[in-house]
Amino acid sequence: MTETLDQIFVTLNHWLVAHLPVQTQPIFAAILSVVSIIVVFASLFAMTTILERKGLGRFQNRYGPNRVGPYGLLQPLADGLKSLTKEDIVPRSADKVVHLLAPLVLVVAAFLGYAVLPIGRNMVAVNLDAGVLYFFAAGSIVELSIFMAGWSSRNKYSLLGAMRAIAQMISYEIPLILSAIAVIMTVGSLSAVAIVEAQAAYTGIWPHWFVFTPWGFAGFVLFMIAGTAESNRSPFDLPEGESEIIAGYYIEYSGFKFALFFLGEYIGMFAISGMAITLFLGGWSAPFPFLSWIPSYLWFFAKLFALIAMFIWVRSTLPRLRMDQLMSFAWKFMLPMALLNLVNVAVWRFLPSGLSRWLVCAVLVIVPYILLGRGLVQSKKLEKRVYRFAD
Amino acid sequence: MLLDVRPLTNTMPSNVTIERLDQLKDVPGEVTLPFFILSVLTILGAAAALTLRNLVHCVLALMLAFVGLAGLYLHLDAQFIGFAQILVYIGAVAILIVFAILLTRGGESPSQSIVSPSWAISSVVSVIVFGVLAWTIRSSATTRHSIPPQPEVTVKQIGDALMSRFALPLEVIGLLLTAALVGAVTIAMQDKQEMK
Amino acid sequence: MLGEGIVKGLAETARNFFGSYVSKDRLTTVQFPEERLPQAEAARNFPFLVYDGDDWQDGLRCVACQICEKECPPKCIFIEKSKDKKPDYLGKAQFFPAVFNIDVSVCMSCQICVEVCPFDAIEMDTAFELSTDNRFDGLLWRKAQLAKSNDYFHIIHPVGATEVDERLTEAKVKAEARARAAAEAKSSASPILQTSAGSHTS
Repeated sequence: MTETLDQIFVTLNHWLVAHLPVQTQPIFAAILSVVSIIVVFASLFAMTTILERKGLGRFQNRYGPNRVGPYGLLQPLADGLKSLTKEDIVPRSADKVVHLLAPLVLVVAAFLGYAVLPIGRNMVAVNLDAGVLYFFAAGSIVELSIFMAGWSSRNKYSLLGAMRAIAQMISYEIPLILSAIAVIMTVGSLSAVAIVEAQAAYTGIWPHWFVFTPWGFAGFVLFMIAGTAESNRSPFDLPEGESEIIAGYYIEYSGFKFALFFLGEYIGMFAISGMAITLFLGGWSAPFPFLSWIPSYLWFFAKLFALIAMFIWVRSTLPRLRMDQLMSFAWKFMLPMALLNLVNVAVWRFLPSGLSRWLVCAVLVIVPYILLGRGLVQSKKLEKRVYRFAD
Repeated sequence: MLLDVRPLTNTMPSNVTIERLDQLKDVPGEVTLPFFILSVLTILGAAAALTLRNLVHCVLALMLAFVGLAGLYLHLDAQFIGFAQILVYIGAVAILIVFAILLTRGGESPSQSIVSPSWAISSVVSVIVFGVLAWTIRSSATTRHSIPPQPEVTVKQIGDALMSRFALPLEVIGLLLTAALVGAVTIAMQDKQEMK
Repeated sequence: MLGEGIVKGLAETARNFFGSYVSKDRLTTVQFPEERLPQAEAARNFPFLVYDGDDWQDGLRCVACQICEKECPPKCIFIEKSKDKKPDYLGKAQFFPAVFNIDVSVCMSCQICVEVCPFDAIEMDTAFELSTDNRFDGLLWRKAQLAKSNDYFHIIHPVGATEVDERLTEAKVKAEARARAAAEAKSSASPILQTSAGSHTS
């Protein structure tokens, strides 16, 4: 029974495709999985916008939107209608073709990343051997689209925002990929399906998720921080800082194109969360073996929901980082920690399993963290501010 | 191939057999529809990169050519290099070129036409050169061998080769990149010192 | 240690989140059209004309002295005096405004008209939900729209309204006392005129 429930979408896919002529079956199977991905994650986007606004409200001791439906739950409908019916203003001297293409490239590149995420047991759109590499390649197209958006608006503030966004995204790609490499080193394969299956085992009741190892925990934290920066989300949202250069690289966009940028940013956030779940949190596997009767895709979405809640929590708590703080955090703190994490994985791999392995690797995470943190803070000479008043 | 549906472990219905899937893999060198589309995309992108007036448009067209190239790599089932092409060229080299344009020229459109006044003679010369090269390559030794069966190169094999047989070139490239990085930082720091 | 502040901040916002469901007094939101905050005593928006009693035309305090029209800085008040007179609260016959218009799009709510009015006839209203769909006629308020009762004045400015009422009743009492004193003086001043004065003041 649980087996059929777990594989219900796969059997549905095969049943639907079997009605078609044999020649065209692979194409239709692919189209079906693509359409289901787009539908599921776009409705997740709609749900997240209202959850985020209500969540931010509650974190700030206020209600979120509560006028549109019961408890404001139909707000995405109102937002969608608004962005569809707003006038689409394109500046007269803007480069029309590139101005139109930029949000399209962003959304396409953001959706491309979902092709390798295993959403459930046997539920991956394309089982590529170099899946993780494909994911990061698709993510790097996003930077180009941001440049296109900023440059085509013929607005120097928009260009400035785009340059800052690109610098931020390039700087944070390195810790992102390095922390993923730690997992790849352990599993020995770039395929996302293989990585999840390596974590789907249990010793007793404890799962083999990589986040429960010292290097995995450090890698997870680094991956999430770098992922927040990659999707331009608070506290790293200086390029689109609402209170600074208004909307940064999408100042000149209005109406549906603006909604597409918004969609692209959230889809990118979900994709990075999905990859974090695949790499560190065990993908679709249940945390305890006695809970594995719950279907695998429900576990994936539960973990995705937890990570989205984490993103919203961090957004409501932390102030925005300034550009130089952002860059020095990436190059001076995260890059050394990610490289040390690689050494840590190698040590973990070659030590015999047991308590000593845990202690050594935990020390290898904690000590550099403390030393690096202290060293970086000291070099700034941060003291309590002293005011001198004129007498 | 990206539209290839690999068998999903044990849940494949019986009418989709493995032989049919192998027929979907095609022989390298044969002009099939995906190859045709990808090569047209690459050639068009490259042609647009040569002829467009606006420099940034040229860069974007060049990126389109690189996407076509990556597609060709993937068509040949070289997954690692295809994705590395996207990651490196479109993710990094495009940004580099764009920054270079913006920091030096400012991207104004050129005032004179791109096509030179002596375009008739130069097109005749280029056609002659192309013909000579094509005839030489076709009649050379390399194309007379039969096409060998396509090797299954996995990322693991590439990694093994890099660490064992090509370890020295790898280290040399790493050294070169480090030197470039240090040089760039030094130049930037000197500028900052001068500005102070 | 690095990261300590972040963890403390996250704990604080988590406390906010869960606390907002548990204790209702964390949420200070006023759900506007259903609940409203009471306005302060000194709140003001645009002027209105006060009338005593039930009939807005008879009880209107304004005597068309046109002082507010002259003192208004942006000159948004327009008054036309009537030809005939009507009695005011003291019984004296006074002119009244045949036309009293305030252009609310010009009015800057400076309250000078209220401060200079000798008859406490014009006071500041607090109503702010005033949107209209016609920016010419909709924003030119005429006498009928401006006249509001003294009871309404008590509701929106209780302290100010009681003070005005006290002043007016005091003036009325003084006027009556003076009239009685004048009648006494007249009756005791000339005995020849006494009979006619007596018949008059009976």
